[in-house]
Amino acid sequence: MTEYIVRFLVGGAVVSTFAMLGDVLRPKSFAGLFGAAPSVALATLGIAVYTQGAGYAVLQSRSMMAGAIALAVYSVVVCHLLVRARLRALPATLLALAAWLPVAFLLLAIAGAQT
Amino acid sequence: MTPVRFSPSSLNESRWYEYLIRFALGGVATVFTGLISSRYGASVGGLFLALPAIFCASATLIEKHEIRSKREAGLSGERRGQMAAAVDSAGATLGALGMLAFAAVFWLTVERSVAGAFIAASFTWLVVSIAAWYVRRKMRSVRRAGRLRKANGPAISRSRSS
Repeated sequence: MTEYIVRFLVGGAVVSTFAMLGDVLRPKSFAGLFGAAPSVALATLGIAVYTQGAGYAVLQSRSMMAGAIALAVYSVVVCHLLVRARLRALPATLLALAAWLPVAFLLLAIAGAQT
Repeated sequence: MTPVRFSPSSLNESRWYEYLIRFALGGVATVFTGLISSRYGASVGGLFLALPAIFCASATLIEKHEIRSKREAGLSGERRGQMAAAVDSAGATLGALGMLAFAAVFWLTVERSVAGAFIAASFTWLVVSIAAWYVRRKMRSVRRAGRLRKANGPAISRSRSS
């Protein structure tokens, strides 16, 4: 239980720091870089190294690469849903998760098949 | 080309509960990733290190701030809000490239030095993200200048011949 409380507090603090950095930076396209900052990754990998060791973090960071490619696809889909389909931000970002999930798992499966 | 600048007054646009929402979302996303890792293993859990959970909140807040400021000026602002969120998501695409580089560097270096891996990966994320953003801006300004030249070309040649 204590581990999850620590996770919550560390994750919240790191994410808020990056989000505030994104808030104070202009232009908006530059601030958007901080929307894809590895904030959850920093908190999670830090805890993983401390509790499970570097070998565990190696596995996590390897599949994180697949997640990051899926995130790039996700962001492009969100952009198109906002500009072309004229959806509002919340439905667009939630709908686009339907693109992130299959792309991430497909890439993980391809990477897994090659090892 | 618009230079990058700090705008601390932007922090006043956010309400206290918006910071609380982001803190809670960040905490929940980190706990969720931990739960997935312990239930399905490190490989599947690692995917969720790049889950765009926070992005949903930040894009929605950007749209909300834009609509709020336009409403204060007596305009609807909905389209403007959508476009602001779209610009932010275009930036996130480039940030995702930086995240990919972060993961690759961390993967390659963590077994040699943990502290070194965190520093090297974070630095790589920053450099790759900024470089990608800069290249995109340059390409856009070159394309825009080309379009302008094309549009003004016939007018210039007409004014020269008269």
